[in-house]
Amino acid sequence: MSATTTSTRASRARAAKASRAARLPGQRLTLGSFLGSGFLWLYALIAIAPLVLMVLNSFRTMPEMAKSPLGLPLQPTLTSYQKAWITADFQTYFFNSIFVTVASVLLSTAVSLLAAYAFSRTKSRIFTLLEGTFLSGLMLPVYLAILPLFFLLDSLGMVSNLWSLILVYAALGIPFSTFVLTGFFRQLPIELDEAAKLDGAGSFTTFLRVHLPLVRPAIATVIVFRFVPVWNDFFYPLILIRDQKAYTLPVGITRFFGEYQTDWATLFAGLTLATIPLVVLFLLATKQIVSGLTAGMSK
Amino acid sequence: MPVTNSRRSRNTGITLSRRAGMVFVLPALILFVIFILYPLITALSYSLFDWTGIVRGDFSVFDNYVTIFTQLPYKDAIPNAFVHNILLFVGAMVFQNTIGLGLAVLLHRVRRFKRFFQTVYTLPYLVSPLVVGYLWSLMLSPLFGPVNAVLKGIGLDALAQPWLGNPTTAIWVVVFVTAWQWVGFPVLLYGAALGGIPDEIDEAASLDGATPWQRFRDITGPLLLPAIGTVSVLTFIGAMEAFAIPYALGGSAGNPAGATDVLSLLFYRTAFESGSSNAIGTSSAIATLLFLFIFGVALLMTWLMRRAERRLY
Repeated sequence: MSATTTSTRASRARAAKASRAARLPGQRLTLGSFLGSGFLWLYALIAIAPLVLMVLNSFRTMPEMAKSPLGLPLQPTLTSYQKAWITADFQTYFFNSIFVTVASVLLSTAVSLLAAYAFSRTKSRIFTLLEGTFLSGLMLPVYLAILPLFFLLDSLGMVSNLWSLILVYAALGIPFSTFVLTGFFRQLPIELDEAAKLDGAGSFTTFLRVHLPLVRPAIATVIVFRFVPVWNDFFYPLILIRDQKAYTLPVGITRFFGEYQTDWATLFAGLTLATIPLVVLFLLATKQIVSGLTAGMSK
Repeated sequence: MPVTNSRRSRNTGITLSRRAGMVFVLPALILFVIFILYPLITALSYSLFDWTGIVRGDFSVFDNYVTIFTQLPYKDAIPNAFVHNILLFVGAMVFQNTIGLGLAVLLHRVRRFKRFFQTVYTLPYLVSPLVVGYLWSLMLSPLFGPVNAVLKGIGLDALAQPWLGNPTTAIWVVVFVTAWQWVGFPVLLYGAALGGIPDEIDEAASLDGATPWQRFRDITGPLLLPAIGTVSVLTFIGAMEAFAIPYALGGSAGNPAGATDVLSLLFYRTAFESGSSNAIGTSSAIATLLFLFIFGVALLMTWLMRRAERRLY
């Protein structure tokens, strides 16, 4: 694109901005924008109503719910939480889930950081091939490999061991994490490496001291985005965990759902407990998630 | 997530030797090979043998594949489950590319409450699919489910029914719940893509007298194409792999009467609940076909998407 077109375009855009600013107050009240915001509110209601009912009902009692399915918890009670947490053993499932999620996300982020750094700082066919292999993991229905995986872990005596889940999830996180992190490392100027080298730093020191602090936003994105599927996963623990003491939340919930089928209040409390950590994480990191996605999208 | 388009940044200087690079890649490579590559390749090979329990028997070439296409229950269950997976994909696509895209476009113009809306739309996407499934099964319960209560409350008693007990409505519940959960994802992705489009382009067009619909069709729409492609590929993979929501809504058997069965449930049942002595052989054949189908279509979609992008820019 030539310089003249750019400048014409820029000045035209400036004019457009000015004219739009002048028109805006009038436009705000059109029928279209009224319907638009109506739609935004309506869908917000559809998206959140079931979740709100879940939380509200977890503070009510069963008879109350039978009487009015949509009522408010007029005398809120924590009995259901107590029942879910202690009697139904949610405390065990909860801490198992925390341990598995945190350990696997940290492990997969650590190995992915190293690999991504290598991909961004080398140029050789073998690394291109490896990068492509990792990336293809994004499109592979990996859970179909469960039988050999089960036999492998069984032969290592690791069935029902939380570390089996941690290692599997760490491996599953590699495609997404290296993909995002490699993009970020590639944006860091090569002069940084050269400067560090002149100062006498080796590759690992350069990686640790110079690059790692600079890709912190990407690390946060990767951690948040891996946390969600690992915390929520149901398939692997269903098959790899046979001992109730090692159940993670999703498997614990299936058990509990069968057992407490008529005790809705307790069911709602259990479902809420399984959801809280993610909502908290998300509320803390919305900005991070959105900016991380934007960074991933831009060229 | 293959979010970016193929263009890479210029910064690909070489500062690591091949050997140092290998040392950096090694930990990830070991994990990837042991827990992904090796089991995947082994799973494919399992399908070519005859099994007795966990003992591998003779090499049987394609016998297991013949079995799943000619013998009951597989020859009926596979097409049934496959159709349901396709319905999940189509349902999610229709939902996402109308409601999801609409919400993202509207949200892009909004200033007030933007963050609030973004959060609210994304919440269902964060909740575990299993929790989502169980939650909706309670919501739709014929006994004291709030959905029927609302329908009766607004005078639509005739519509109140046991949604999950009826084979004709049950699969649509699964489709709806899946789509409901996923809407937040395109809202985020399309939102990010819209944020990457310079306002000036749209403003220049509007100055040239283009109507909002023309601007969307000729400018914003095409620029969103990479994001639409990404969402489509991921939706396809997600729909073909669906497991937790159907499990929560219809149990591992896809109740009622297989009306909510999907391929991964079928695979799970065949491998772990069928009691057949050749369970490993047949389930691996199902897995292999599913694997080839998902990977093949995902690759094809990505390739088509790249080509469309290249033609546009």
